[in-house]
Amino acid sequence: MAEEYAIQMKGITKVYPNGIAANQDVDLLVKKGEIHALMGENGAGKSTLVKMLFGMEQPTSGEIWVNGKKLNLSSPTVAIANGIGMVHQHFMLVPSLTVAENIVLGMVPRKSGLFIDKKKAVEITEEYSKKFNLPVDPNAKVMDIPVGMKQKVEILKALVRGAKILILDEPTAVLTTQETSELFKELMHLKKQGYTIIFISHKLNEIMQITDRMTILRGGRSMGVYNTCDVSPEKISRLMVGRDVVLTVQKDKAQPGEEVLRVRDLEFVNEWGKKMLDKVSFSVRRGEILGVAGVESNGQKELVDMLFNLNTPNAGTATVNGENILGLSQRQIREKGISLVPEDRMLYGIAGKASIQENLISDRCGEKRLNKGPLFNMKAIREESDRLIEEYTVLCKSQDQRVDNLSGGNIQKVVVAREFSNTPSLIIADQPTRGIDVGAEEFIRKKLVELSRSGVAVLLVSADLNEVMELSDSLIVMYGGKITAYFEDTSQLNDEIMGEYMLGLKHQPEEEVRRVCHE
Amino acid sequence: MFDLIFSTDFFFAVLRITAPILFATLGAVVGEKAGVSNIGLEGTMMISALFGSLVSYWTGSWMMGVLVAVGLGILTSLAMGFFAFILKTDIILTGIAVNMIGSGGTLFLVKVITNMTEGKALASTTSLITTANQIPSWNIPVIKDIPVLGDILSGHCVLTYVAFLMVFLTWVLLYKTPMGLNIRSVGENPDAASSVGVSVLKVKYIAIGFSGAMAGLGGAFMSMYYSMGWSLDMVAGRGFIALAAQAMGAGEPVGGMISALIFGFAQALSIKVSSKGIDSNLVTPIPYLVTILGLVAFALVVRRRIKKQHSAEALKAEEK
Repeated sequence: MAEEYAIQMKGITKVYPNGIAANQDVDLLVKKGEIHALMGENGAGKSTLVKMLFGMEQPTSGEIWVNGKKLNLSSPTVAIANGIGMVHQHFMLVPSLTVAENIVLGMVPRKSGLFIDKKKAVEITEEYSKKFNLPVDPNAKVMDIPVGMKQKVEILKALVRGAKILILDEPTAVLTTQETSELFKELMHLKKQGYTIIFISHKLNEIMQITDRMTILRGGRSMGVYNTCDVSPEKISRLMVGRDVVLTVQKDKAQPGEEVLRVRDLEFVNEWGKKMLDKVSFSVRRGEILGVAGVESNGQKELVDMLFNLNTPNAGTATVNGENILGLSQRQIREKGISLVPEDRMLYGIAGKASIQENLISDRCGEKRLNKGPLFNMKAIREESDRLIEEYTVLCKSQDQRVDNLSGGNIQKVVVAREFSNTPSLIIADQPTRGIDVGAEEFIRKKLVELSRSGVAVLLVSADLNEVMELSDSLIVMYGGKITAYFEDTSQLNDEIMGEYMLGLKHQPEEEVRRVCHE
Repeated sequence: MFDLIFSTDFFFAVLRITAPILFATLGAVVGEKAGVSNIGLEGTMMISALFGSLVSYWTGSWMMGVLVAVGLGILTSLAMGFFAFILKTDIILTGIAVNMIGSGGTLFLVKVITNMTEGKALASTTSLITTANQIPSWNIPVIKDIPVLGDILSGHCVLTYVAFLMVFLTWVLLYKTPMGLNIRSVGENPDAASSVGVSVLKVKYIAIGFSGAMAGLGGAFMSMYYSMGWSLDMVAGRGFIALAAQAMGAGEPVGGMISALIFGFAQALSIKVSSKGIDSNLVTPIPYLVTILGLVAFALVVRRRIKKQHSAEALKAEEK
């Protein structure tokens, strides 16, 4: 009888030298020819588990069987030789090389023994590209191609190396909706040809859509294997986080007060002469959440940059409570009561090598209550940090731990704890829950709603359609640097309408959009 | 005045002065492509220059001298690599250490090995290199008979020709061979390279070894031809100028060659001008001025190119 399982990982335990147990007695059984989901929150041990399968890490104990053979996967090379391929979350590509060169890297075809056979490399690329229906341009440089194509290149790289088992680590995190559905078609195509796919994700709808079975991890342990068709999304999330996640955020109707943020005719032309913001005007009032939806790079990032003076607009005004905020230093902006949850938390949100405590007080370390003469009042600082860690449920050993040792969700909680706790009158939240686990996501969303209901004005920029639609009281859509739509009441909206505006198929007339100025 | 300066022997001098800088520049180019900043080129050149001249004297064979210089250049840089890649020292500090050994350590070794100078006089090997064991020159048949061009191009030290040939060979290595592809990928994204089974460590050793070999050739050229013997700090910053030439040449072999030629031109100019009796205080800064101007020009060109590229992309995007 042919071996039923492509992968059998049995009783896998992984304890890192620093004593953290990433996996404890985990089984992962993947049948041949299925798409198997590996689900769990950030820090649940998904990545560690597949790293061991790909030979990047060694299990502390446990066995790995591939196609019925017990193997010692000592390095990625061994894994590749046994037909395992991995598409990493962060692409393993060399930007200045062409697609074909990236695909053959490490196994370059030669001519006359010495030179690269570029023609052969292109032929190989085209052959596989056709065979697996993964269209790429072999001669384009990787730095010039869109993200979706980069991912195809990664998949091709694995296939060219003879992979029969593909591991995809959060493949949709970087893709647009269209690219995602394209990827799913390609994966189904691969499945039909007998390939086995391990699909790591924490997006429920994707899992429901394309996987056959799933293994759920929580806190490094397996929560069992399920047939996708047998479990409900609610059950999955219960297994993932160990409690019922409220998938729709409960919030009362907003009672907007006076205007806080007032942006008028903001324009910005970037260094390459492209107009990124075109006469952007809107207002955010006390006690409301204004969502900014849109496909990425339609001006949302630039808008946030202008408001926090990370870049200078070419024209327009922006005021908070009637006072100008453009051109002020970040300290002055913060003194006006503006908080920012930045899109790139590792770059702008935290200082990775500093401690949790230092990160928590970095915006208020000059305040009198935290100082004693010229020195810090360490007692007050420790109390403040402990209070914030507790209130924002940051999972850590102590406040002296380095922030970059935390999981993504906990890092974001540190950022949010600082930004939400300095009595802001306006919070700019840019992709506040990107790439973090369901638990932290829910927590941050709840906090945002809570703060807005207590009278804070919130500007929520998010590429996550569910998030903007659920959290926002009203909503604007940005397309091509312009506000193309304003929806006063988000409860009447659905994905389809939003999609049409986000993709630029529809525009509201100017008067309609102008209502967001509340004049 | 103009005619006096820009004569055929001036341009001959440009090529002669460029050669050692060019060797080191090519070393820096390959190193940087693999993500290895070999800041120890200067010291490596000093070490190779010393032992090149000694071996040439001992064996009476310039070829042996050059071989030993290259061998030592490779060994020195591999040792640098061992410290930086395996023992995880900072590669810049390691390079500085090599430069200090190249400056002070070599002087000590000359004194110990040859014991030629009396008392406190600085040791050197200048008396050891004669026309008999220096690197020979080569008159190119046919070309040497062409007026002007022959005077400039023919009659150079064989290593000068090797230097310019190496530009082409380095380009072939980087862009036409699998090793070159590996070197470029390791320099740009080592994780990507190692994820497909390219040994990052091996590639880095090869790249730094190559840069050491080039420094060795440059050092041999300096002591066995250019200065006819080794003396204290004789490389005089050429290893550092090479790093600048690498950057100015956008990290490419041909670009590096053009930059090295600019430096060669500037140095030849300052030598020539001071020989015409102009205050050397005025003349000495010429090479440095040229460096600054060169870097400014380079930065402007790059900026314009990027601008063009982006506006082209923006246009394309709008057409869609």
